[in-house]
Amino acid sequence: MSFLTKKADALLGWVDARFPLTSNVKAHLTEYYAPKNFNFWYFFGSLALLVLVLQIVTGIFLTMHYKPEAAMAFASVEYIMRDVPWGWLIRYMHSTGASLFFVVIYLHMFRGLLYGSYRNPRELIWLFGVGIFLALMGEAFFGYLLPWGQMSYWGAQVITSLFGTVPFIGPDIAEWLRGDYLTSDATLNRFFAFHVIALPLVIIGLVAAHIIALHEVGSNNPDGVEIKKVKDKTTGIPLDGIPFHPYYSVKDLVGVVVFLIVFAAIIFFAPEMGGYFLEANNFVPADPLVTPAHIAPTWYFTPYYSILRAVPPIGISQFPGVAAMGLSVIAFAFLPWLDRSPVKSIRYKGNLYKGWLTAFVVSFLVLGYLGTVPADVWGQFGAWMGKADIATVVARIFSAIYFLFFILMPWYSKKDKTKPVPTRVTG
Amino acid sequence: MSDNHNDKHQASSLSNHAPNTSRIASQNSIDAEKRKFLIATSAVGAVGCATAAVPFVLSMTPSERAKAAGAPVEVDVSKIAPGDMMVSEYRGQPLWVIHRTDEQIAKLANHDAQLADPNLEIPQQPDYCKNKDRAIKAKYAVMLGTCTHLGCSPAQNFAVTADWDGGFVCACHGSKFDLSGRVYKGSPAPTNLVVPKHQYLTETTLLIGEDKESA
Repeated sequence: MSFLTKKADALLGWVDARFPLTSNVKAHLTEYYAPKNFNFWYFFGSLALLVLVLQIVTGIFLTMHYKPEAAMAFASVEYIMRDVPWGWLIRYMHSTGASLFFVVIYLHMFRGLLYGSYRNPRELIWLFGVGIFLALMGEAFFGYLLPWGQMSYWGAQVITSLFGTVPFIGPDIAEWLRGDYLTSDATLNRFFAFHVIALPLVIIGLVAAHIIALHEVGSNNPDGVEIKKVKDKTTGIPLDGIPFHPYYSVKDLVGVVVFLIVFAAIIFFAPEMGGYFLEANNFVPADPLVTPAHIAPTWYFTPYYSILRAVPPIGISQFPGVAAMGLSVIAFAFLPWLDRSPVKSIRYKGNLYKGWLTAFVVSFLVLGYLGTVPADVWGQFGAWMGKADIATVVARIFSAIYFLFFILMPWYSKKDKTKPVPTRVTG
Repeated sequence: MSDNHNDKHQASSLSNHAPNTSRIASQNSIDAEKRKFLIATSAVGAVGCATAAVPFVLSMTPSERAKAAGAPVEVDVSKIAPGDMMVSEYRGQPLWVIHRTDEQIAKLANHDAQLADPNLEIPQQPDYCKNKDRAIKAKYAVMLGTCTHLGCSPAQNFAVTADWDGGFVCACHGSKFDLSGRVYKGSPAPTNLVVPKHQYLTETTLLIGEDKESA
């Protein structure tokens, strides 16, 4: 043993006597045994973590130049784009990162739907995940107000008004959220506080809980087989498990490289993504007296926005639409208890589940598209349908399918013809 | 850990029979008095935390400055051409004054059947505007240009067609209003646009936010 290694070992020993460094590295990396059959879908967890870090770092640097004040906010963003050295790059990284965060998270969640990753014993991992998703939606919404463009302003006005539709206490809640009788400087200032400190802390805490829970029960896999059931008799290591580091740290690095290529391509060649990542109306400063001709949320909110628009008011209350929109997001939290299938993975599920999952994905995409366009995009039906907007009727049908995927799951997941599950993973 | 705890517990229940060990026994068995005190302390602590949260929650309500910005404003309506409208600001919201022509006023009664609340049953206007023109003077309609659905500002659409008597269409979710700000049936907006308190100071000067009753 050379002198230097001896010294390094001594230092590590000194640290380990005071902080569980080696034991944590072992528990979470070098001796965390993950199933050996991870596929493409397993890239998105680590990518989500990468995007979180990117958002935090770029966010810190944007905060150094941004002014959270109604009279200065719009100009300060333009100042970052034009005058701050490399400011445009940092800002585009942050705005592109927001959209890619949702791309990665939606694929990560879809993986859960494919392989039953929310099933026993991973219910809490899933619930922490739903919590992260909700916090992330809040984070994106609060952040979108900060450039103080027309879309920022009217988006915030509409969303805070949603709370105003809650029976009885609604108007007071909306006023309390805005800190004024309408979206104003007070609103911008507090949204800044939520965006840069409150929600990031919540998200980091939930991510830690998500990973701790995952490493307690172990990762699921494309076969939905519990690898801890078959262990080596002498070492106690799962026979189908391989250490996360180096095997999956290296695999994930490949994912990181591909992701960064896509990320850089968007930043350099299409940072606005044709109006989907940064909307055209948001390059006009906020004007409280004029609503832009067509307002729509950014693409990652549009499926839920479609559901909001599709549900008609009851009496004079708009609350049913708002409640349906809230439910469409919360519904994911109930999956662990709605799925009664004897198998976890789609590989062993029957056509009934596959059919419903396909219908759900199609609904999600159609609703997502419809949320980006005006309700009269496809014209109106004739008088036989009361001249209803075609797009609204279509949105109602797909909203129904969206909810039926969840509501009927206890029935069709039980009735589904499943295949026998192997005892070991199939590679 | 739990084994160890059980041992202790057994030891204490044995020692209960021995004389002069009651102090030791009380350390290991449940002391109901002490537990009551702990619960009371926790409850008082919880009330303290809830009380301490009040200033933080209230700090988010509209500030004195925001409240002061709601003072009444004067509007000069003499420059509005007949058949046109003017947008000014009241409490940060768009305030509309529409100069309606006789023809436009006459049309208002034609589409009552298509309106959600043609007779103004829901109090979205002061009592002195609860009339067929929804105004003090039929010529000038005064209202807040904030959609009662989710707070967008509807766009002007005064061009009359076979099935449209002129009015406003909200770009956000398609709510439709007539020239009195009354909402059409089937709109997502639940109620008519709000008519704020107002009064005429002169023939063509309006005071918005204060009327003769409140002044």
